[in-house]
Amino acid sequence: MPSDRLKIVWIYPDLLSTYGDQGNTIVLERRAALRGVPTETVHLRSDEPVPPDGDLYLLGGGEDRPQILAAQRLRADGGLAEAARRNAVIFAVCAGYQILGHEFGGEEGQPLPGLGLLDIRSGRGQQRAVGEVVGDVAAELNVPRITGFENHQGVTTIGPNARPLAKVVAGVGNGDGQGFEGAYAGHTLGTYMHGPALVRNPGLADLLLTWAVGMELPQLPPSWSERLREERLNAALAPR
Amino acid sequence: MSDLPLRSQLAVALGRTAARMSRLAGKGDGSVIGGRIGLRLDPELLTRLAKDRKLVLVSATNGKTTTTRLITSAMAPLGEIATNAFGANMPTGHVSALASAPGARYGVLECDEKYVPMVLKETGANVVALMNLSRDQMDRAAEIWLLAGKWRRALEASPQSHVIANCDDPLVTWGAATAKSVTWVAAGQHWREDSWCCPECGGPLDRQGGEEDSDWRCRQCHFARPRPDWVLRGDTVVAPDGRAVPLAQLQLPGRANRSNAAMALAVVAQFGVPPEQALPALAQVKSVAGRYTTVEAQGRELRLLLSKNPAGWLEAFDVLAPAPGPVALSINAQGPDGRDTSWLWDVDYRILRGRPVWATGERRVDLAARLEAADVAFTLVDDIEQAVTAVPPGRLDVIANYTAFQDIRTRYGRAL
Repeated sequence: MPSDRLKIVWIYPDLLSTYGDQGNTIVLERRAALRGVPTETVHLRSDEPVPPDGDLYLLGGGEDRPQILAAQRLRADGGLAEAARRNAVIFAVCAGYQILGHEFGGEEGQPLPGLGLLDIRSGRGQQRAVGEVVGDVAAELNVPRITGFENHQGVTTIGPNARPLAKVVAGVGNGDGQGFEGAYAGHTLGTYMHGPALVRNPGLADLLLTWAVGMELPQLPPSWSERLREERLNAALAPR
Repeated sequence: MSDLPLRSQLAVALGRTAARMSRLAGKGDGSVIGGRIGLRLDPELLTRLAKDRKLVLVSATNGKTTTTRLITSAMAPLGEIATNAFGANMPTGHVSALASAPGARYGVLECDEKYVPMVLKETGANVVALMNLSRDQMDRAAEIWLLAGKWRRALEASPQSHVIANCDDPLVTWGAATAKSVTWVAAGQHWREDSWCCPECGGPLDRQGGEEDSDWRCRQCHFARPRPDWVLRGDTVVAPDGRAVPLAQLQLPGRANRSNAAMALAVVAQFGVPPEQALPALAQVKSVAGRYTTVEAQGRELRLLLSKNPAGWLEAFDVLAPAPGPVALSINAQGPDGRDTSWLWDVDYRILRGRPVWATGERRVDLAARLEAADVAFTLVDDIEQAVTAVPPGRLDVIANYTAFQDIRTRYGRAL
C-alpha cells in the first residue's frame, strides 16, 4: 500500500457482477475502515483501462458471454497482468476465477484463453453445481473453514504453480475429482464460492487485507458475519 | 370447448376434479395439479385449448402478475377472459386457466420468462407483452442474456404474434427485435445494473437524458433504442396519436405500476380498447394477489409489498411511507425464493437509514449482516408479529420475498 489509502479496483461490474458481487467490495471497505485504514474504490467499467496502482483487484461472476468479453478486454488491456507482476492482491470468484487461469470453457464448452495469472485450467463439466459449499483452508493461510454458495458448471484443475485454497468438506468446488475448492499463488486467489463470498468469511477478507497493507491487522469484534457463518456452516453440514 | 376431442375433454374434466380436491385439501388454488393431470393425459391440451381464442402472453422479471391483472380488467368489456390471475405462470397453470373458462374468446396469460418460447409455440398467441429483464433467483432461473436470445428465436418463428415491448430496457428490446411487428413502449427502467453492455455485440451502451424516456445506443454497433410509440412521462402516458393519458387515478402505487399501466394500455389498444375506456378499469385495481394490500392487525395497518429481486426492491423503496415510517423486512430462501441470498448485496439498503427497521424471516441473519454493512440500525425479531406489536399504532410497511410474503398473508387471514 504505497499511498495513504487502500485502493480497491472492482474489475468490470458491467460484465462481471451477476449476483451480489458488490458485497466483496463493501466488506473489504468496511473491515479496512474499522481498523482506521481509509479506502478508495474504483468501479472500473470494461471500456476503461485497468489502473496500474491498485492495491486490491476484485473480479466477480458472469454469464458465458460477459465472461468471454471480460477475458478478451483484460487480455488486450494488460493492466491486471502488470498488477499481478507487482504482487498486488487479486481476488476472483466463479467466472472471474476461471478467467485468471490459462483457459476456460466458452459458450459451447470450447477452450478459450484466459489471463494465465493463476496456474489453473477450467473446462465445462457435465452437471451444474448449485448449493452450499464448505472447505477447510490450506493450513499456511491460517484462515478458518470457509462457507459459500456455488453455482457453476466449471471443472478446474490446478497446475504445479498454484495450490488449492481449500479441501472440500461439503459441495463440489473445483469438481475435477481431487476434492479441492479454489486456488491461490502469491497474492492471487480464486474460488467457486460466488457473489459476496467474503461476507460469510471475514477471515478470508482479512487475509486479503493483510496481504494488501503488508502487515498484520488488529482483530475486530464479532459482527453479524460471524453469526451468519456459523449458521450457514451448521446448515450445510447438518445430517439430511 | 365441445370441439375438443374426447380424450382432451376427459383430460380437462379429470384435471378439474384434481384441482377441486387440491383446493379442498387446502393446498392452494389447485391450478397447477389440475393442469399437470390434464397435460399428462393429453400433451397437446394447451394447443387445443388455445385454438380459436385471442391470447395475450405477459412476461417479465417483475410486474407480470400485476400487468396481467390490469390488462384483464381493461379488456373485461370485450367479454369473458380466461386468465391465470394467481400467478400459476407455467403451462400447467395456462391449461387450468383456459380449461376453466371454456367459453372465453380471450385469454390473458402471465407467462414465466423461461416458458415464453414453449407457450408461444403451443398457443401461437396473438399478442406478447415483454416488460423487463433483470437478475433474479440465479440458482434456478436462466441467465437473462441467454433467455433474451431464446425469446428472439421464438418470436422469429412466430410471425403472427404482435409484440408489445418496453424499449427502455435494452435486453428486452433485443429479445423482441426479431418479431415481425412490434409496438414499442417507453415504460421506463430504473434498475440498470444488468444493461450496461450491448446485448447485440457486448460494446458499451451510452445513455442520454434522465430516468424517463431516455435514449440509449451502442457505441460500437448499430443497436439502439427504437422510436417509442407510447411514452410514459411521470404520471402521464402519451399515446401514439399524441393524446396524454393521466395515470393519477391509479390506486396501485409507485412508478413500477405506472410502467405496468402504460404497458397494459398499449396491449388493450391492440384489441381496440381506447385508453380513456381502459383507464377507469385500471384505476379500480387496488391490490393484486395480496400485493399492496393493507391489513389491520392489533391496531396497526400493515401494507404488504412483495419484492423478489434487486430490481423489485428498488420499486418497493419507491412506495414506502416517508421516513421515519417504520419498515419490516422478511427474507426466506426456499425453492421459490431462490436458495441463494447473494442478491441482498445488490440492494442498496442505505435508503432505510433513519427509520425503525425490523428484520425477520428464515434468513434474517443474512439480512442482519447486510443491514449492518449498510449502517442501517435494525432490530432482529423471530417473526412478523413481534415487529407488529413493537411499532406504535399506525402504519407499518412490510417488504417480503416470495414465501415470506405468503407466510405473512397466511398469518393475517389471507382474506386479501
